[in-house]
Order: sequence, then structure tokens, then C-alpha cells
Amino acid sequence: MTLSTRYAAGSLLSVRDLSVTDVSSVLELAARLEKMEAAERARILSGRTVALLFYESSTRTRTSFELAAKSLGATTTLVSDKSSSIEKGESLKDTGLTLRALGAECIILRHPASGAPFVLARETGLPVLNAGDGMHEHPSQALLDLRTILTRLHGTQAAAGVTADSLKGVTVVITGDILHSRVARSNALLLPRLGARVILCGPEKLLPQEAAELGPGVEIERDFDRALRQSQVAMMLRIQKERLAGLELDLGDYIERYQLNGERLAATAPKALVMHPGPMIRGLEIAGDVADGTQSAIEEQVAHGLRVRSALLVRALDGNI
Amino acid sequence: MSDILIFGGRLIDPANHIDAPRDLLLRDGHVAAVEAPGALRGATAAETIDATGMIVAPGLIDVHVHLREPGQTYKETIATGTRAAAAGGFTSVVAMPNTVPVNDTVAKLEWMLDAARDPAIKLFAMPAATVGSMGAELTDFDALRTAGAVGFTDDGKPVLEDHVMRAALVAAARAEVPVSQHAEDTRLTGGCSMNAGAVAFRLGLRGMTVEAESRIVERDLQLLRDIEKKEGLRPHLHVQHVSTARAMQAIRAAKQEGLHVTCEVAPHHFTLMDEAIGDYDTHAKMNPPLRVEADRAAMVAALVDGTADCIATDHAPHAAHEKEQEFERAPNGITGLETALGLALRVLHRGQGLSLSRIVSLMSTTPAEIIRVAGRGALGRGHFADIVIFDAGAEWHYDAKTTLSKSHNTPFDGAAMLGKVKATISEGRIVYRG
Ligand SMILES: [Zn+2]
Repeated sequence: MTLSTRYAAGSLLSVRDLSVTDVSSVLELAARLEKMEAAERARILSGRTVALLFYESSTRTRTSFELAAKSLGATTTLVSDKSSSIEKGESLKDTGLTLRALGAECIILRHPASGAPFVLARETGLPVLNAGDGMHEHPSQALLDLRTILTRLHGTQAAAGVTADSLKGVTVVITGDILHSRVARSNALLLPRLGARVILCGPEKLLPQEAAELGPGVEIERDFDRALRQSQVAMMLRIQKERLAGLELDLGDYIERYQLNGERLAATAPKALVMHPGPMIRGLEIAGDVADGTQSAIEEQVAHGLRVRSALLVRALDGNI
Repeated sequence: MSDILIFGGRLIDPANHIDAPRDLLLRDGHVAAVEAPGALRGATAAETIDATGMIVAPGLIDVHVHLREPGQTYKETIATGTRAAAAGGFTSVVAMPNTVPVNDTVAKLEWMLDAARDPAIKLFAMPAATVGSMGAELTDFDALRTAGAVGFTDDGKPVLEDHVMRAALVAAARAEVPVSQHAEDTRLTGGCSMNAGAVAFRLGLRGMTVEAESRIVERDLQLLRDIEKKEGLRPHLHVQHVSTARAMQAIRAAKQEGLHVTCEVAPHHFTLMDEAIGDYDTHAKMNPPLRVEADRAAMVAALVDGTADCIATDHAPHAAHEKEQEFERAPNGITGLETALGLALRVLHRGQGLSLSRIVSLMSTTPAEIIRVAGRGALGRGHFADIVIFDAGAEWHYDAKTTLSKSHNTPFDGAAMLGKVKATISEGRIVYRG
């Protein structure tokens, strides 16, 4: 599925919009940006305006996009519900049109409603970068996760481009609250396209059976240990206690069955790469020592985020480099 | 009123078991004569319609439309909605009560049915089953029946409480009209905006389960059984816009058991599946939601085997700005009056081999029986001159911009249609020419 002409080129609403070639060129762009001198990088989007429209707070993603835009020399403007700069009751369409009228050339949107970026992109005609929409997707996160996996498993060189075989032989287990996770959806939809096998893991309430129908290359395994034994990458997801309460899930039981701790990791996947999109709850889905251990790539994920998001902005604004 | 002579057409009148060439003479708003071709040659008429190559049938009847008046006339009015209906070949429509305010009193019903609303065709109404459609206290069924109610419904939501639904069925049985139920257990569908399943999972939307529909249907059927046994009454339950194989199976079994249940299927439910939502196209958001292929196929099967009694559009106009929203925020519903016949002929007639006579039956004869209106849904002598003339073989594409409705919210913009309405006649007046 390719991006329909109803959306501006350079939009990234879902990982499904990206062909393998698109993914490859984003990674290649990220690699080139990384090698560049800071001063040179700051000229790429100089004089350009990017709006960050955040209906949901997210320190990590917002800061990452903001720093990426600034490092490229763009002017950023943040509109968030927290700063109450979003007009109460105004529609997403009208807010988008206002930002466009004020000169925004690209909008980065974080929104609690699944699909909101599609509305914004359709109605404004601007390139829109989905920075997380409801329970749907978080495509830039999947791309930064991909870059992290490639760098760790195959080296920096391999992370500067991909083919449909780049992750052949690699199994990634994604564990936790898959139902509510946009990170899980984006990764499960993206990684198999590059040859990976994705195992989704978690209890029925957080991982309904229909998740197996997400796409080819996606399977479900309820037994975490069995899943880990097959995996080269373990991607852990945050568990929000309030959600567990609503689903009548026993927290102790969850930790027992699904927490990634040192003992479990050593026994089942002593070499696997450990990832977490953050923010994590140490002692719940992941043990502190594992998060800080040598197998963990959690901090690198953040660094890759900056590069991948820079590349997405350059792509969205068709920057000259 | 001037006379109209329709000649050269193929009359399909299932109620009178006619599917043959016939000429018709309409006089004073009624059918004056139905004769073999040429037999009316001597008749003088102010207007003659050459229906050569066309189907002449009793005007279509839609037992489920939302006309938004009073209260939301920016979406639709009785005048615009009934003109759109006429363009779709309809000569009677039944307005649902979820207007603002809710149609729940004789005064409101009379206001709605007043000629001052300027309906292009015959307007019927089903007032609310409960006061304000709040689900607690029954409206005055007898008084409303006398004032013209053809049934009762809280459409848009179900009558949820068992004892209230039981009382509604009893009161409706005494008033000899159906209770028309929107079957959705709303305790199971909070925050849901589409069908539960793989597509909802991928889109990250909360889904309505099949059980949310079938549970209410099964509960209502149990009430029918119970009332027949204990009260000696025979209530008529009409299930609105059935969308799941499971609810349809329950209705099929209940019919075999002999309960008085009828049901309708909407064109979108026998045509589309939840995948049509694509990338959050709110024009594919309705309630009940588009389901999966097995459910769609079950709706088709039910229309073929007679379990489904009629086709109803659930015409639900909404303004553009309301649909240009986040999927979960956008209102449910699509327009449907101008696309119903074209979809029925394409999907059921051409696609499934359903006869034209059956299609007419599903869209005119049976709806008239469900709402128990005399003189409509058939074209015998003395019946109302409610007629649709259509070219059953015409292929065309629907263009939402050309709609006579005030709203454009349809997933069928640009969709292929089979069968084009050439004229619609309501009580002897030509109200639409295609
Ligand atoms: Zn309805």
C-alpha cells in the first residue's frame, strides 16, 4: 500500500505508507545527516517553519522532534493542550488550517484519537508526521527502532539502507500491552517487510487473538520464555497499572510471567538485544538491571530517534542536501 | 388532479402477482385502471408516460430514515430529505424520532406530519417508544397511534431495560403496530466506533462485538415468546438494520418458531465490509458498523431466503464539518435514499440473481406490510398512485455532488449503480423525473 495522492508527499501517517525503498532512503538520509557538521546541518531547513501540534503530552517524542527540527535550522512552534494554546472546541481541521495560515509547512501531530493525522493531512494538504495517534501507530518510533536493531545486529554500515532481506533470520519479540500500543503496531507492520519475524507476546487481555492478522510475518506466542528463546531482539512495552486494573489483570502474575529480568534473559536469550520505547516502569515490565545492562539499547534508541526524525523532516520539507 | 397514462412498461406488482406488460391509468391520485397493453388506448389523460423498456412498480417504501427536522435542519429537512427520496424512487418514508426535540408526543408528531413541512412524498413517522427516548417511561402509544404513528422506536439507541421493552411490546401489540428496535447492547459498545476484529485492531479503534447486537435481538425474541404465552397477545418486533450473521440466525429461528418478527437490512450492510473504512474514512462510519465478509454474505443470504423482510436505508445525513473529524468523534450514519435501488439491483439482482419482483417486494410490498399502511406497496385498482418507473438495466455511477439531500455523507460517491429511476409518482403527482 502506498501513500495516496490525498496526502502531501513527505507525510508519514502509517508505516504502511512506506515502501521498502522509502524506508531505505530515510535510513540513508539519517546516516548522511549524522556524519554532517552541525553548522552544515543547520542550513538544511533554515528559514522553514515546522509546527508541533500536541494534544497529548509526550516529553520524549516532542523533544526529539523539536531538537531534530532545530538542529536542521527550522523554526518550530509548539501548540499543545498543556499550554492551552489549542483553542477549546476548535476542530482539528480548523486548528490545522490556522497553523498553515501562520506559515507552518509541516505539522508534527500527537493525538489521542487513532487516525487523527489522516484528518489533518487531508484537510490541510500539508505534510504531516504522525508522532503517535491513539492506539494506532507511531511510525517514527518504528523507524528509529529499526535503525537501532540494524546498528546493533549488523553495524553502522548496514543501518544506512535496507532491502526486503535486511532482517532475514531475525526474530523480534514484542511483549506487553500490545492492544493499546501504537509502537507495537508500527513495528509489527514494518519489521516483517524487511524480512523479520515478529512474535507478539502477552496475556489475552492485552493481546487479543486478532493481532495475529496484522500482517504477514506476525505471530502470537503467550509463553514469554518460549518466545525469548527464538528471538534476537526483545522489545518491551510499558504497562500502565491503571489499564491493568480496568482489565482485571493480576499485576503479580503479570510480572511473574512477562517481566524481562536478568534471570529470565540469561536463561533464554543471553545475547538478545533489549529495547523499550520508554517511558519504562522499572520493576514492572522490565527489571532495572536489564534496562541498564549491556544487552540494552534503550539509550541508543533515543539517539537514533533524533537522527531518524531529522531525516523525516528533511523528507517532509524536501530539504536540499 | 390531472390524469396520467403510463404505457409500454413492464409492471411488477408482487402483491398482485403481476410481472407482465401493463398500461396504467392514474386518476385523482389513485390507480384507476391496470390493463393489458393497448387496452387503455382510448383513455384521455393530461399526461402520458412512455415506459417502453422500463419497469413500472409500486413506489419504494423506506421504513427507516432520519430527516433531521425539527432541530438539525442544517443536515436535512423533511422537504429536502423527501425530495432525495423521490429521486431514489421512494414514495413513502418513515421518519425516525431522534430529532431535536425527540418526537414523543402527539403535538410533535402532528407538527412533523403537517403539510407545512412540504414533503415531496408520503411521510410517515415512528415516534419514540419512551419519553425523550430515555428508555424509562413509555410514550402514549394509543394517542400517538391515533395521530398516525406507524410504529414505535427509540432508534439510535435500544430500549435497553427488559421490563420497559416488555411493556413497549405489549402496548404496541394492543395498538397493532410494531416496535422497531435498534439492537445494540450499549453496555458493551461504549467508546466503540467500528466493528470488532482484525481491522479495528490494526486501526487502533475499539470495536463493537457481534454479541452487542445479537444479545438484544435474543432478549427481544425471548420477550415475544413470554408475552405470547402469558398475555395472549402477539406483539410484532421489527429489528432494524441487522448487520450480523448471528442476529440474523436468531431471527431465522424465531420465524421458524412462529414468532411475529420482521427485520430490515441496509444496503451498506449487504454491500460493504469494515475494510471500507480504509484510512479512517468517516463516510464508512455507521451504527451498526460495517462488519466482515461472513456477515455481509449472511445479509445477502437472508435477503435471498426471505429471512430479511425488507431493505431500509437508515438514511442519516450529516454536515461535512461533522464528518471531517477524527473517526471516533465523527457522527454515525450515511445518506442512502438515492443509492438504495442502484445497490440492490447491482448486488442482489445482478450479483445474486434475485428477481426484480423480489427486489420490488423487499423495497415496497413488504415494507408496506410491516408498517401496515393500506393502499400502498401495491398497484391494484383504487390503490394510491405511488409509482416508480425505472430502467433496470441502466448502469451509472453515483455522484454525491448531485444529491438532492442537504448532506453528502456517503461511502458510495462514484460507486457503480445498476438501474436508474426515470420517474417517481406520489399520489398521482410526478415528483421526480430522471
Ligand atoms: Zn437508525
